Amino acid sequence: MTLLEKTATELLADLAAGRLSSAELVRACLEQIERHDGAVHAFLRVDSERALAQAKAIDERRARGDKLGPLGGLPVAIKDLLCDRDELCTCGSRMLENFRPPYDAAVIEKIKAADGVLLGRTNLDEFAMGGSTENSAFGPTCNPWDTTRIAGGSSGGAAACVAARMVPLSIGTDTGGSIRQPAGLCGVTGLKPTYGRVSRYGLVAFASSLDQIGPLAQSAEDAALLLEVIAGHDPRDSTSVPKEVPAYSKSVNKPLAGLRLGIAREHFAAGLDAEVERAVREAIKVYQSLGAKVVDISLPHGKYGVACYYVIAPSEASSNLARYDGVHYGHRTDVRIMSEALEAERAALEHGSAGRAAAEAAVAQLDTPLVRMYRQSRAEGFGPEVKRRIMLGTYALSAGYYDAYYLKALKVRRLIRQDYDTAFKDVDLIVGPVTSTPAFKIGEKSDDPLAMYLVDLYTVSANLAGVGGIVVPCGQSNGLPIGLQLQAPPFEEERLLRAAAMYQRETDWHRRAPTLA
Amino acid sequence: MSLTRADVEKVSLLGRLLLTPAELERMTVQLGQVVDYMNLLAELDTEGVQPMAHAIELANVFRDDVVRPSLPREQALANAPQHDRECYLVPAVLGE
Repeated sequence: MTLLEKTATELLADLAAGRLSSAELVRACLEQIERHDGAVHAFLRVDSERALAQAKAIDERRARGDKLGPLGGLPVAIKDLLCDRDELCTCGSRMLENFRPPYDAAVIEKIKAADGVLLGRTNLDEFAMGGSTENSAFGPTCNPWDTTRIAGGSSGGAAACVAARMVPLSIGTDTGGSIRQPAGLCGVTGLKPTYGRVSRYGLVAFASSLDQIGPLAQSAEDAALLLEVIAGHDPRDSTSVPKEVPAYSKSVNKPLAGLRLGIAREHFAAGLDAEVERAVREAIKVYQSLGAKVVDISLPHGKYGVACYYVIAPSEASSNLARYDGVHYGHRTDVRIMSEALEAERAALEHGSAGRAAAEAAVAQLDTPLVRMYRQSRAEGFGPEVKRRIMLGTYALSAGYYDAYYLKALKVRRLIRQDYDTAFKDVDLIVGPVTSTPAFKIGEKSDDPLAMYLVDLYTVSANLAGVGGIVVPCGQSNGLPIGLQLQAPPFEEERLLRAAAMYQRETDWHRRAPTLA
Repeated sequence: MSLTRADVEKVSLLGRLLLTPAELERMTVQLGQVVDYMNLLAELDTEGVQPMAHAIELANVFRDDVVRPSLPREQALANAPQHDRECYLVPAVLGE
């Protein structure tokens, strides 16, 4: 087994025993990136000097006999959506192409304090809006298993870099499936914690009532290690929950006895690829062989999840993204050119043939220079999908439509949560697919936003309800990974990790890596 | 009920976006499809259901009202497209 085929847990043992230095490990990661990231494009930026300096400093402290943090020199990749002080944070957008945040996100602080090495920044759909990483302003990430296909998204880079064995640990974010879906499509393990488990301080906001940060890694054991570092209450995020963080890494290998698995009949309805269904049902049999009991359940409002999500998430996004106004930070249009164009529009209206009264009315409707500066800057800085979401959200929140869309969606959200509460009275976990098909071709759905949104069918409900979910690789179809999704009641990450680790002890799907050209 | 081009143009002003005629055209079709799909929600009876704005319904979260250091002005202005070391600069709001 080569160095980078090892899991983070195995590498940590090598580091602790002195068989491996952090600098050697970082160099191996950098070489793998150098060799393969031209084809995969998982990373937007890799700062090799900084990473090596951090690694060497950790190695020196280890040599001195200092006690190291729980990441002990392991490299971690960061989705380019979390603030790392004075380092670029583009969010995959032209809008923030040159933005350098003045402070660290809580998760970045914690990784630094735990002696993780910040290896580089991974690609994403612009502002995390998308499910394929095709919406990145800097080009798509390709699936390491087949580079003509999508890596999933929005944390496509975060999943692809682990799948391509470029880095053992990676941080993603999940607003409607953005950790779980790319994890499934790239064949890695990804966990979306319960809303409130991980501080969102310093995470660039997309939809604040849904966003959550979580780990991607080769195994549940590795995900436990990273979740334990990043989880916990933070007074700077008023939605982070003051609850004790269990020692996930200590309990992850304890099997769960008498597990009751809920199988939602809605997860196996029309539209589910036969190969995906077969792999998921095989995985359920593995659990049964370990003593788990299967219970048929129903999540009757699940079919409204996508419609509900695409009202709520764009509504919150349209409000959150109002901050990009070309004033405080981010892209501003060339004001001189803009002013000249505005003057020319005014002159054309004044001298138009429509008559004086009509001309005056038209001129009165014209943007003021400040409003035109906002509109022009945003038009230039945002890509098509971000514009669509801002438009959708603005529409859903606008006078006359608020009750029919936004308020209605909030009520449906309650019904979706109640489905989970009811189901979890009878079962410990809900088990099913994470996507209805394996990774599709790059470009296949780019012209059809609605088809793209429907990909999120199995993932959005967990965000709306606020529950946690984990995805583990459970099979392949024509060489493309298939993911198994487990969902648990709020704050039962420990249960998710232990159940995932049970499965991974019986199977080796998570140890398979793509052959890169 | 689908969206008209005029609706989309009005929303683009509310959302502070400037769309080209081609974008307006495309957006009218695409948003119309999505909004039609959202109308699926209308078939559900939600009479008496409490709206759920947040996943974890924490009660008011307060902190002590104490003075703490905030971002120094220099850092707050560092990413601004235009500033005079004291203020953000914007195009004239009240005319020349």
